[in-house]
Amino acid sequence: MVSVGQHENIEILSHSEVEEVAGFVGNFKIKVRRKARYVTEDLCTGCGLCQEKCPAKKILSEFDAGLGTRTAIYLPFAQAIPRIPVIDRDNCRYFEEGKCGICAKLCPRGAVDFEQEDEFVELEVGTILVTTGFDLFDCSRVSQYGYGTYDNVLSSLQLERLLDASGPTRGKIVTRDGREPESIAIVHCVGSRDKNYNRHCSRVCCMYSLKLAHLIKDATNAEVYEFYIDMRTGGKGYEEFYERLQEEGVIFVRGRPAEVVPHDGRLVVKAEDANLGRLLQVPVDMVILSAGLEPRRGAQDVAHVFGLSRSADGFFLERHPKLGPVETASNGVFIAGACQSPKDIPDTVAQAGAAAAAAMVMMDRGRVTLEPSVAQANVRLCSGCGECVVACPYSALQLVEGHVEVDETLCKGCGVCVGHCRSKAITLLHFTDEQLLAEMQGALRVLEVA
Amino acid sequence: MPEPKIVAYACTYCSYPGADLAGTLRIQYSPHVNIIRVLCSGRVSPELILRTFREGADGVLVLGCHYGDCHFVSGNHRTVKRVAVLRRILEYAGIEPERLRLEWVSASEGERFARIVDEFTETIRGLTPIEQVLA
Repeated sequence: MVSVGQHENIEILSHSEVEEVAGFVGNFKIKVRRKARYVTEDLCTGCGLCQEKCPAKKILSEFDAGLGTRTAIYLPFAQAIPRIPVIDRDNCRYFEEGKCGICAKLCPRGAVDFEQEDEFVELEVGTILVTTGFDLFDCSRVSQYGYGTYDNVLSSLQLERLLDASGPTRGKIVTRDGREPESIAIVHCVGSRDKNYNRHCSRVCCMYSLKLAHLIKDATNAEVYEFYIDMRTGGKGYEEFYERLQEEGVIFVRGRPAEVVPHDGRLVVKAEDANLGRLLQVPVDMVILSAGLEPRRGAQDVAHVFGLSRSADGFFLERHPKLGPVETASNGVFIAGACQSPKDIPDTVAQAGAAAAAAMVMMDRGRVTLEPSVAQANVRLCSGCGECVVACPYSALQLVEGHVEVDETLCKGCGVCVGHCRSKAITLLHFTDEQLLAEMQGALRVLEVA
Repeated sequence: MPEPKIVAYACTYCSYPGADLAGTLRIQYSPHVNIIRVLCSGRVSPELILRTFREGADGVLVLGCHYGDCHFVSGNHRTVKRVAVLRRILEYAGIEPERLRLEWVSASEGERFARIVDEFTETIRGLTPIEQVLA
């Protein structure tokens, strides 16, 4: 990320949102909202003094998945690029009460600016890559596992934070009351492969659950139970890793737990071991829920802005699963990563490389092949009513000297103008009235024979 | 009783791949429907629909992308208005408006495509053959 930030040909617009995409492949015009961060980027050196002195210290940190705290002026995470903090308006005392402003007083560069407002930037680009990622499933939706109710039911991301050497516990796995757990249960498929939430398999959870089990074994003496439906360890070296964990003594139980209940200060996982055909009640100190991957909350809006389609599970739809895996229905807009479907890091890197290459090929060539199916106007028949001009979604039609003219580079060949024209003055090449008529007559004849 | 003849106009970006998916998924649906691909449901002119009935179709399905999801931004907005007006004209001319139906099928909705086609075929089966209506 640092090298991306330092690259002379890459400009990062963080804390920004694309509001509008106009134009077409090679000539996109993009309107970006640069949200106010209340810190002037050109002045800030990222010294971090403001964060040290901010009096609002008890805000739950999103990065630490609610296990740690942060201040109101903060860096989202330690390695964030650019290294410029942002003020969280909803929790800042200056915005809440109109006084404080300690960060502004202390900043040696005078970079804090409470008057900053959202700005708009217009960009002209040739191609677009959409890589908006995923949202982690909210485990509290599965109430029978007690996430958010019982202290020691954690999401996989929370355990990940506990394991981080610079995380809230400095890398120690401890229960909320500070004990080292003697046994831990990991529950697979929380929010995936479940028709109540998401039908799809999130694909990465089996492997990250195995990784977590390995790290738990490494850091503690705890017994680890993995409750799974099917173990999906497809991928290079993955099955071998699964075998290794079996040798490390992780206990694998085939069966999705029914519920987690508290008992004597501990937690009991109730499940059926489908292989043994027996009901189990396993007492543990900590339950880890392997949360699945979901489309991002704003995926609908992003799809709308960039002209993308979404598949039934809500992830962005590629043009073709095999022949156009990074292309989309919009020419010049590519997708990569978990916004297209859940995938792990190696797959994401591979797909991102493919998407970048596809975009570069397009730009290097410098020209695109247009579809031959464009509208053609017959000047003699045109009455100049202008109905088609209004109907065209791409402003490809114009009235010139009382009759319509088509701009073939703008025309995408939808044929809405043809459907609208009362004088039959416009035809859509390859979908002319005669062609459709012949096709329809042929279809009806086929039906007659059948 | 002769089998119904139905023509479906399906758009390239949503409904046609949707129908394709129904095939890939090996879903069985009524064989009385023949699909004609158009780039956008907005291309289907009122004249074309009327002509399809006159050529002997018992029913016409117009299939497009979901509202707001049209590949051509607002192509299907025009289709909605057009089909609504056309259904009233059909009724006025003594043709049951049920014979013309507009539905949204996305590229991922193979099952929905098959269901719509089956339902529509059943509806048409309950009506008099168009040849007798127009005679």
